Amino acid sequence: MTTELENKVMKTIVFQLLDKEYAIEVDVVQSIEKLLLMTITRIPGVPSYVKGVINLRGMVTPIVDLRNRFDLPEMEYNDNTRIIIVNLENFDVGLIVDDANDVIDIPVNALESQPEVVGSVESEFVAGVAKIEKRLLVMLNLDHVLRPIRNVNADEN
Amino acid sequence: MDTNQYLEMFLEESKEHLQACNEQLLELEKNPDDLAIVNEIFRAAHTLKGMSATMGYEDIANLTHKMENVLDAIRNSKIRVTSEILDVVFESSDALEEMVIDIEEGGTGKKDVEKLVTMLNQIEAGKSPLEAVVEKTEQTETVEESAGLVYDDFEQTVVSQSIEQGFHAFELKVILRDDCLLKAARVFMVFEILEKAGEIIKTFPTVERLENEEFDNQFTVVIVTKEEAEELQAKVHKVSELEKAEIRPVQFQSAAMETAVTTETQIAAPVSTPAKQSAKKEPAKTENGAAKRSNSTHSANKTIRVNIDRLDVLMNLFEELVIDRGRLQSIAAELQNPELNETTERMTRISGDLQNIILNMRMVPVETVFNRFPKMVRQLARDLDKKINLEIIGAETELDRTVIDEIGDPLVHLIRNALDHGVESPAERIAAGKPEEGTVTLRAYHSGNHVFIELEDDGAGVNRARVLKKAIERGIVTDEIAETLTDKQVAELILSSGFSTAEKLTDVSGRGVGLDVVKSTIESLGGHISIESKEGQGSLFQVQLPLTLSIISVMLVQMQKEIFAVPLSSIIETAIIQNADILNAHNQRVIDFRGKIVPLVDLREIFDTGLPEEQEELKSVVIVRKGENLAALVVDSFIGQQEIVLKSLGNYLQSVFALSGATILGNGQVALIVDCNALIK
Repeated sequence: MTTELENKVMKTIVFQLLDKEYAIEVDVVQSIEKLLLMTITRIPGVPSYVKGVINLRGMVTPIVDLRNRFDLPEMEYNDNTRIIIVNLENFDVGLIVDDANDVIDIPVNALESQPEVVGSVESEFVAGVAKIEKRLLVMLNLDHVLRPIRNVNADEN
Repeated sequence: MDTNQYLEMFLEESKEHLQACNEQLLELEKNPDDLAIVNEIFRAAHTLKGMSATMGYEDIANLTHKMENVLDAIRNSKIRVTSEILDVVFESSDALEEMVIDIEEGGTGKKDVEKLVTMLNQIEAGKSPLEAVVEKTEQTETVEESAGLVYDDFEQTVVSQSIEQGFHAFELKVILRDDCLLKAARVFMVFEILEKAGEIIKTFPTVERLENEEFDNQFTVVIVTKEEAEELQAKVHKVSELEKAEIRPVQFQSAAMETAVTTETQIAAPVSTPAKQSAKKEPAKTENGAAKRSNSTHSANKTIRVNIDRLDVLMNLFEELVIDRGRLQSIAAELQNPELNETTERMTRISGDLQNIILNMRMVPVETVFNRFPKMVRQLARDLDKKINLEIIGAETELDRTVIDEIGDPLVHLIRNALDHGVESPAERIAAGKPEEGTVTLRAYHSGNHVFIELEDDGAGVNRARVLKKAIERGIVTDEIAETLTDKQVAELILSSGFSTAEKLTDVSGRGVGLDVVKSTIESLGGHISIESKEGQGSLFQVQLPLTLSIISVMLVQMQKEIFAVPLSSIIETAIIQNADILNAHNQRVIDFRGKIVPLVDLREIFDTGLPEEQEELKSVVIVRKGENLAALVVDSFIGQQEIVLKSLGNYLQSVFALSGATILGNGQVALIVDCNALIK
């Protein structure tokens, strides 16, 4: 039983924000798009981290800038900037990240709860951290990162 | 047998047959003597029985079987159609519907039908002798007259035309001797004689079966000839090994000349007879004859079933095509290659046609909603002890599937309301000098980009005083406001929430929660409901709906670099105003628009698009409305009118101020759709 758990791995997509690496489960990822190939339509009156909507093969998909969501300094989008399209239970959202180029298997038992201080990312967004070789990967809790925007004023903290 | 793959088909078809059953039952109630209708019902029930037995739903099969027995007895005039019988049959069909729905929802389709079965059994057995005798004599005549053969429309026409041209039409029944050895040869000889004399229209059994000797020892031939009966008979008798040849004129000829309705009855009646006579030899005969007729009536309307999801997928794929078309167009414009231009233009035209077809495929006649109402009204009228005649006009009007799915319940509410609160009881009606039977008209029609559905009754109408009293009691309006309201406004008060004027609450039309729900449902569909009412003369509920929820006409407007879409349904007109026309009224900028003071709303401020750098001399405004209220929306410029596909912003963005959705423009970009209702208070 224990060995089974030890051997269990989670396939994740790893992306970069600023100087940190984050991971989300591969199952929720629908596709990864190049931001510069997309035209984002701004939506007025929503929190600033919602950059707008894009036309993703006929589907209108909202786009969230993760740097902005985590209160990290924003930067100009460049050729590496990617939109990771994730399918959550009720909706699809695109996440703007600096770069996404890795798929890593994380053994389930390598996941630890978040250390007291993990930088500026609010703790409720983090599901745990994993140390793989010399890399520290932050697993995101997407349900918290992407809480539906109901009342615009209440969510804009 | 694995029947799962057929389940969907079974459900669809069962519903169709039940619907047919219901419609015909209502017809039958109006014309209880029309046996053609009984036959229609019989056929529907029979098919249903067959299907459900195959699928293993025994209760359905059992009940339909009993229904069939009763129907069979009716069409053989063993029993007469009475409203008690119809009630039981109606109830049975309700039970069947329940079972089918149960199956659809994953149930077993089981239901206790014992009571209904017993009732049906009783009906089948319990005939009032007096009526039966009278009926029987009548019926024997028809049976005698036309015994033997069923003629389809075509054959009838041929025969009646021949008769008009001076030919005779005979049914020739040839009986071969039992010891006849070469039956096919004898048949051939008979045919040879007949073909010389005239033209053979029909044989029973069919020619192929005769040639293969697949018959007992008799067959019937229908022939059109100039020769007399005796002459023909004598000729046929010359063939050896014949027992005898009976000849008689084709029977329906007199009926065929009469009106269509009687013809129907006449042809329909004998259908059962051969089935009985030749029950062992030809059990499928009734079916064949019936199926043939139904085929001929439906052949003009060939359809296949397509899952709506597939149409959605098709639509999405097509939208992508439109986007690529847009790109292609701009590439072609850059390259200026004549051949490329030509091809692109052709593609544009073709995809335009394709778009129309795809959009039209999603359109469904409103009939699919309307057809359940006659039965509902019948039942309600009985429950309420009122006499009501429901008229349906324009059931063929088409609406997008998505709207159709939503509109059913609100309409049920409205109809219940009209029946319960609108139409008075027969006694009251007579006292008011109206006909005893109330008329409720359900009407659907297209007008512009909208579909109108109207429900009109000739009942009591809205009682102004009573409605106002209630409205004030419930705090919906104040005394002061109440006096200034127009009759129309008063009538529309009954749509407000928490309102119920019926002095006696009935379980028919709710407890005042009904009509406001209707209003909000209709508004959520982008529609509008209004009431016109004349006290003592009746009311008219008018529901205005967009043709489709997924495709709407919009005016595209530009604000700085951004493009927004304003639904045409809320636009009154567009105008260009001068700065000098703008007035300031108590912190609110307004304009004078055709004598009305209209508040000015600068969309560029609301949507944060930024204002143009230079001071504008002229402003472009779109005048929009919500109900009676207007607003003038200021934009940079108008781009033009366009049909767009409405897309929701999804569940992540659950409520965004003043936006109702988004659409994808020809160039692949997303444009947001302005929700004018949110901008007007």
